[in-house]
Order: sequence, then structure tokens, then C-alpha cells
Amino acid sequence: MEDMLFYDRIQFGFTITFHYLFPQLTMGLSLMIVYFKWKFLRTGVQRFNEAAIFWMKIFALNFVMGVVTGIPMEFQFGTNWAKFSELSGSVIGQTLAMEGMFSFFLESSFLGLFLFGEKLLGQKLHFLTGFLVFLGSWASGVFIIATHSWMQNPVGYEILENGKFVLTNFSDLFSNPWLWPAFLHNQAASLVTSSFVVSAVGAFYLLNKKHTEFGRIFVKTGVVFGLVSTIFVAFPSGDMFAKNVVKYQPVTFAAMEGVFETQKGGAEIVLIGQPNMVEKKLDNKIAVPDVLSFLTYQRWNATVEGLNEFDEELYPTNIPGLYYAYHIMVGLGTIFIGLMLCASVQLFRKKLFMTKWILWALVFMIPFPYIANTAGWYTAELGRQPWLIYNLLRTSQGASPTVSSGNTLFTLLGFVGLYLLLGMLFLMLVWKIINQGPKPLKQ
Amino acid sequence: MTMELLWYVVLLFMLSVYLVMEGYDFGAGIVHLFFAKDESDKKIITKAIGPFWDANEVWLIASGGVLFFAFPTLYASSFSGFYLPLIMILWLLIFRAIGLELRGLVHNKIWEIIWDKAFGLSSLLLALFFGVALGNIVRGVNLGMVENGVSRHEGHYFFLPLWNSTFSPHAEHLGVIDWFTAILGLLAVVALTIHGANWIVYKTNSSMNDRLRKVAFVLNFVLMALVLISLLVWHVILENPFQNFINVPWLWIFPLTTFIGLFGLFGVRVYERDGLGFLFSTLFLLGGFATTAASMFPKLLPSTNNVNPSLTLYNVAADDYGLSIGLQWFSIALVLVIVYFVIQHRVFKGKMDDVSYGDH
Repeated sequence: MEDMLFYDRIQFGFTITFHYLFPQLTMGLSLMIVYFKWKFLRTGVQRFNEAAIFWMKIFALNFVMGVVTGIPMEFQFGTNWAKFSELSGSVIGQTLAMEGMFSFFLESSFLGLFLFGEKLLGQKLHFLTGFLVFLGSWASGVFIIATHSWMQNPVGYEILENGKFVLTNFSDLFSNPWLWPAFLHNQAASLVTSSFVVSAVGAFYLLNKKHTEFGRIFVKTGVVFGLVSTIFVAFPSGDMFAKNVVKYQPVTFAAMEGVFETQKGGAEIVLIGQPNMVEKKLDNKIAVPDVLSFLTYQRWNATVEGLNEFDEELYPTNIPGLYYAYHIMVGLGTIFIGLMLCASVQLFRKKLFMTKWILWALVFMIPFPYIANTAGWYTAELGRQPWLIYNLLRTSQGASPTVSSGNTLFTLLGFVGLYLLLGMLFLMLVWKIINQGPKPLKQ
Repeated sequence: MTMELLWYVVLLFMLSVYLVMEGYDFGAGIVHLFFAKDESDKKIITKAIGPFWDANEVWLIASGGVLFFAFPTLYASSFSGFYLPLIMILWLLIFRAIGLELRGLVHNKIWEIIWDKAFGLSSLLLALFFGVALGNIVRGVNLGMVENGVSRHEGHYFFLPLWNSTFSPHAEHLGVIDWFTAILGLLAVVALTIHGANWIVYKTNSSMNDRLRKVAFVLNFVLMALVLISLLVWHVILENPFQNFINVPWLWIFPLTTFIGLFGLFGVRVYERDGLGFLFSTLFLLGGFATTAASMFPKLLPSTNNVNPSLTLYNVAADDYGLSIGLQWFSIALVLVIVYFVIQHRVFKGKMDDVSYGDH
């Protein structure tokens, strides 16, 4: 039984981690493509149109990866989490079905038109199809995060005698206080990924002295989008999100921040340190006094509740994992702001394209927004454990009763092998597209 | 009561659209595997389905979503019970999609052969698996995994291995593949191959169109034979497969549609209009699917034991409030989906030979 739950969790965790590598780029990138296309329509400069078409190729590849790895996510609710689906399907099934009906049809219909219809449609309609693809991908974000929010902070439901959750108020699903801060935070984070990817490809072209006119556009656009999104992801959206965690899941907040003992008269913020679960303290920590109190309650001397205030039954299952995931996200987020600030200063001084160290830094940064996004989602999901539906249904009560651990191990290995292949193909093809570059302009 | 019935119709509608739309995708894949002789044949096939397949696949995702929210108990029961075949369907869908999308990105003989086969074989296996799946739903499963009159699980849960050593639909321990479900799998492969060939004829001016008309014509005899066989064995599987039709005579419209489609397909070689063959294979698929559903009504997943009752649309549905509010957003969404569909098919109307696809 324990075994079974372990493999079910690993399989879902693995497949969703891999899946989300793609949507996090496509959501942000779709907005940047719309920007390029809009810039072309406004200025008539052909470069911007070629830029939009170039990024649409990368978008299309990521989109296909997102679709084929996304279908297993929907199926796994039924295959591996049957009990959870049976009990909560009439609530979270709403938002998941809405995602299919409202976003996937929109995205998939108009992506085909955007990719193959430029000549048939004319420029204005072509821009519109790009905009609709963007709209579909962001709407998808709303529905998925509405589902996530209901699991984190269930609203508008009633529990029947047989344990089933039924919806009592549909609009509550979308006015859930958890939803909009989480959505803004997630979309900003997705823009962080796409800005870094766009600017890294631009920096690569500049360093390589190939496709330099596109290199300049990509670096400039990436840095401007990057500066705005790296700041926005921390403040106000990240700040709003963290305050929700304090309010609705205080024990999770204590574990995230590594606060074992309640800190009266000003809580320190931990920059680095290792949770020691035996002695219930942080080893080797570096901390700044009073800052956590200020960030959380806007008072330097506010009391921050520690894990000791709560029943151990309610502790997140994996406190060190949660703590590290959160600190990796915050640490990387801070580095991102720093780099984008430096790049923006150089851009303002019109020296960015010659500042080699920043261009190199942008190229090297490519994996890190992905790591930060993943760590952020791990923070949210590990923070919810041991619950599937916070405070109402435990993860151990949600798994499929008849699927054995051997079967799940078999399919897990299959997914690992298949996704390894997918990942290699993806990298190879994305490299090919980048290396080939946008269509050269006629002089 | 009426809400469940309404959502049952919605679900059948969505699955029917999926069957017709992704049906021609799978069929085109099978044609690609067996009947595409050279590079230009292959190109023409990918052009015929290129801008559509992704939107077609969304009907599966959306049907899954509707099943999840309108009939959560059925979703939980069937998805966990058919665990292995479903996960394999997912893997095949992945292979099929990457075969189709990645092939054109590198120009190398071996690379192209690998992804051609991945696309073709996974299309073939998917058609087979979906037919087998329908067979399983008709035959029913051992709900509650009853042994010696005792349920080993809650009455709506079960688990099926891929096959058992007897391959019999009457065995005590059932498997996903037995001779009955295999017949339906084969039927699906043949029907979708014809359907796919008709789509290619409809959407292109390719040089292989004449060949494909002939293929569809010959295969239609095989299809006819398989339909007759499956009608005969239907009695072996279900006690009174035609009871619903006797009670509610207007249901005969579905078998009638099936046979109009089937007989219409014999004319595929002589039709002046290229779309007619596709129309008849569509009628055949829709009629066949609706006939199966009508024959089982109100059952959704029959029980093969006497301990636990079959799953019907009345004992697996969500609550009324959720279903009625769902109907409101669903109506809006459906109108939008139809608008997208019309736009998409108007832009890419007629023959697709000149649309560049695969070299993006």
C-alpha cells in the first residue's frame, strides 16, 4: 500500500514536472510573439515579422511537446488517482473540462492558422490568430490554477454522507482568494522563462556574430520583458501569494521559511541553512534579523509562528524538500532581478550589445528560470502534502484502489524512457532551429 | 434524471465527433503505412491532415474532461480498471504526434523512415486499441472483482490484465484482449482505413487517389463481413442486444444509418464528387457507434457478475447543481468551438495540395 502510493506520486510528479517545462515557455512566449507581430504591423519593419515567425517555430515545437505530455496529466487523474477523481470530480472536473472546451480548442485551431495561414489570411488577421493563441494559452492557465487553488483552499463545496464533494457555488471557484495571486505569480514566472530564453538566443547570436540584427532585437526585447517580469514575479505577485500561504496554510509557511520555533519581537529571514529534522533547527544558517516579520506583516517586530505551534499530524510531509524548493526559487529569483537590472542599465546606456559578460551571463542563465519555475511549483505542491484537498482529503486516500505498485512502476519506467527520448529530440530540434536562425532579410 | 440524460447525449456527441475527426487521422496514418509508395504520396497525406490533427485530438481531451466532471464515478472506475491499455494509448498518441511533427524537421533518409513508421504503426495500433476498448465496454467487466460471490473491492472498481490465456470473453478472469474485442479492434482498423482513404481523396488531388478509391472499395467487402460477424457474436455476448430497439422503434434509425453508409461505400470508385465517400464512411462510423450505445442504454459499463450492478448513467453521474451549471458554460463553449471549427475549415477549404506543411 505504501509502495503503491509512492509510485503513484513519483509518476505524477515526474510527468507533471516534465510537462510543465513546455507550457511555461509557451505562455510567456505567446505574449512576446504577439508583441513582435504588433510591432511589425505598427512600424512595417520586416525584421519584426521575421522575429515573430522565428519564435512561432520554437513555440510550435514546445506546443506539440506540451500537448503530448499534457494528455497523460488529464488521464492520470483517473488511472492513478481514481478515488480522488470519484470523490471530487464533480467539482474539479468543472474547471478541467472548461480548460478543454475554452482553451484547447481555441489554441489548437488558431495555432494551425497562425503557422500555415499567413498568406491566406493577410497581416491583420494573422496578428489576430496569434493573439487568440496567446489568449487560449493564458485561459488554460486560469483553469488549471483554479483547479490547483481549489485543492489548496477548497471553496463553494459541500461533503455528502458518502464522502463525495459536490459543488454548491460555481462562481466561488473563480473568486477563490487563492486563485488570482497564484495566477499572476505563475504567469509572471512564465514570462521570466520566455524573456530569458529570448534574450539568451539573442546573446548567442551576438556572441557568435551571426544573425546579429535579430540578436539585437531579441536581447533588447528579452531584457525589457525580463526586467518587468522578474520584478513583478517577486513584487507584488509573489508577495501576495506568500501572504495567502500565511493566512490559509500557516504551518506550510513556517516550514517553507524554516521557522521551527515561534519568533517573538521580530523574525529573521533565512538566506541559507539546512533543516535539521532531528534537532528541529536550521544548521549553518545565514539570516538577516527582523526582515521576515516585515515582509509578512509590514512590522519589524511582528511575531511569526513557528512549526512548534502546530500538531505534528499537520506538518507538511517533506519539510526539508519544501524548504529547499522555496529557497531555490527565491534565491534564483533574486539573481534574475540582479542580472536583468545590470542588463537594463547597459541597455539604457546603449552599451548592452558590447558588454560581453552580460551576454555570456544571459546564455548561461537558460536552465535557471526552468529550475526556478519547477522549484516554485514544488513549493506549492509539497506545501499541500499530506493533503490532496487541503485539510479534507489525505493523499493516501486518493489513489486508485485496484492498480498495483508493479503496474505503476512499469508505466513509470515507460514514461521515463519515453520522455528521455522526447527530451533529447526536443533539444536537438530546438538547437537546429536556433542554429539556422530567422530568415535573413533582403538587403 | 433529465440532467444525466442530457450529459449522456453530450458525451456521446463529443465522442462521435472525436471518432469521425481523429478517425480520419488514424486512417490516414494506416494508409501512409501500407499504401504510400513514394515521397510525394507521403507528403500529400501529411498535408491532408496537417493543420487539423491537433484540433481533432482536443476532442479526446475535452471528452475526457466532460466524462470526468459529469460522470466522475465512471471516469474513476474505467480509467483505473483499464489502466494498462490506457497508458499504452497515451504512449502511442505521443509517438504518433512526434512522428508527424518531427519528420520534416531533418532531411535524412533514415530519420524519415523511422518517423514514418512511428506515425504509421502508432496510427494502426491506436485504431486497433480504440476498437478493442469499445469491445470491452460492450462485453463488460467483473465489477468489484468478485471471486466466489464476494467482492474484493468496492462495487464499481476493477482491474483488467491485457489478456488471459484463454482469450475468451466468458472466462472467469477477463482480459482486455479476447476474441470478441479483437474482432471489434479489427473492424475499427478496417473502417478507419477506409475513412482515412476517403479523407485523402476528399482533401487532395493526389496521384494515388484512384488507387485509394480501389483500396476503399475492396476493404469495404472485408468491412461488410466483419460487421456481419460482429452482429452474430453480439448475441453470444449480450442476452438481448435488440431489446431497446424493439421497445423504442425510432432507434432503428441508427442501424439504418450504418447500413446506408456501408452500402454507399460500395460506390466509392464511381462518385463524381470526392467528398461522397467520406460522407458515407462518416455515416457508417456515426451509425455504428450510436447503434452500440443504443443497444447498451442505459448501461455505460456492464457488470459480468451477479453481485454488483452495472454502471449506468444514473448511478455514476455528478450532482444536479454541478450538471446544470455545467450546461450553461458548456453551451457557450460549444458555440465558440463550432465557430472555430467553421473558421478553420473555411480557411483550409477544398484541396490541400498547395498548403505547405511539415517544412516549418
